[in-house]
Amino acid sequence: MTDRLNTAIRKTPSWLLYLVGAAYPVWLLYAGVTGGLGVDPVKAMEHALGKAGLQILVAVLLISPLRRFTPLNLLSWRRALGVISFFYILLHFLVWMVLDVQILSQVWADIVKRPYIIVGMASLLILLPLAVTSNNRSVRKLGPKWRKLHKATYLAVLLGGIHYIMQIKSFQYEPYVYLIVIVGLIALRRLPKRQMRRPKKGALQRAV
Amino acid sequence: MAHRWTNDLTHDDVTPKSAYMNRRQIVAGMAGLGLATIAPKAQAAAETLDPTPFDVITQYNNFYEFGTRKEDPARYAGSLTTKPWSIKIDGMVDNPGDYALSDILSKMTIEERIYRFRCVEAWSMVVPWNGFELKDLLDLAGVQSGAKYVAFETLYRPEEMPGQRQPFLEWPYVEGLRLDEANHPLTLMATGIYGKPMPNQNGAPIRLVVPWKYGFKSIKSIVRITLTDKEPPTSWNKSIPSEYGFYSNVNPKVDHPRWSQASERPIGGGFFAKRIPTLMFNGYEKEVAGLYEGMDLRKNY
Repeated sequence: MTDRLNTAIRKTPSWLLYLVGAAYPVWLLYAGVTGGLGVDPVKAMEHALGKAGLQILVAVLLISPLRRFTPLNLLSWRRALGVISFFYILLHFLVWMVLDVQILSQVWADIVKRPYIIVGMASLLILLPLAVTSNNRSVRKLGPKWRKLHKATYLAVLLGGIHYIMQIKSFQYEPYVYLIVIVGLIALRRLPKRQMRRPKKGALQRAV
Repeated sequence: MAHRWTNDLTHDDVTPKSAYMNRRQIVAGMAGLGLATIAPKAQAAAETLDPTPFDVITQYNNFYEFGTRKEDPARYAGSLTTKPWSIKIDGMVDNPGDYALSDILSKMTIEERIYRFRCVEAWSMVVPWNGFELKDLLDLAGVQSGAKYVAFETLYRPEEMPGQRQPFLEWPYVEGLRLDEANHPLTLMATGIYGKPMPNQNGAPIRLVVPWKYGFKSIKSIVRITLTDKEPPTSWNKSIPSEYGFYSNVNPKVDHPRWSQASERPIGGGFFAKRIPTLMFNGYEKEVAGLYEGMDLRKNY
């Protein structure tokens, strides 16, 4: 069962993931213009994109622990999910800039002056080179450096979680839950490596 | 005594669009000549004071007693019982006691006030309130000479107000005004919107409206009013003192630590609504600036 699921996951063409990923912002735009996002569609879209971007990044962090502790292997979706999350967060930034703040001088003042905007911008800027190098050619060209570079994802997600907490008024559970999950998923990677080693095929056969 | 203050624009004397368009073009023309300062600012603002639609005013609310999302109050406030309702008036008054709302209303003249409403979160609406001046209620209770402040308290009823079961703020919600602010003719006890009884999500059955201050000062569903000689605690100040002060006057020159207060987004304008500049004291500078003469508004935010 899991094998068949894993095969289906591996065989999913990435264009399908990108298509599904692109559908959400298109739907948000449609809903916003036709009144489906309530009386303040700009904020609704801005928040929805930021949150979806963060959720996908959390999902990206979840892929390797799932592989390690369960039979589920989503590794072949990771790159597409990472790129989609980057585009959601980029759109989140653009909606904030163009539809929400609108005034360019004020956008710039906020970027240099407001701590929660600075943290959010830092996260977006960290994701930029990761998105740009999310292709086979870059993997070949950068070699071992590619893996190292893409470890920056941890920092970007962490900053994203902090950015979410920093923009709330008063106490709310949800952003803290996100941050705890993010820190937990990053901490999981620090578990001793030997637990990760799977029994060799031969060893397993002999045991049976 | 009602009608101490009247709108510069009401439903009855709406300027024909063609007329103000012409005037605007003249103003625009003067701006080109560098003469724009001649045009009085307040008047220019009054020309565009179109009330926000009823559906928008009643579907986009900050009323944390029902949840922190803007749509939560409209969704959950239906369970609130507002009859019978009374307000306890105590502290430094000659006639303390529980005042039944129906008794209060039988002595008041309800009038319409179209006010700008500016939230500290940098969005705004224009609301046609119905209500009476707070001063009339204070006169009924008989304010004693030593009183300097008025403290307000919202209903605490977690079984009907689900947000009160969460630690969003310290419950019950409390607010306060200086006595001269409370006695100002602009300060309203509102009992309705658009001539309809106050919807639950907007603070039924009776709420405060202080149009020159950020929205959170306009405390909803009031059950207690206390006259005191000390500055009373206020909920948002208790929660985050570095961001929310006692005065909380609308001021485009003093930013919130996390965002600019120089401009605001009018709610209800749809996806591509333009931001508008925020006015000093939310456009009521002429009426209220005198209350704060000599005060450092940057320090007393």
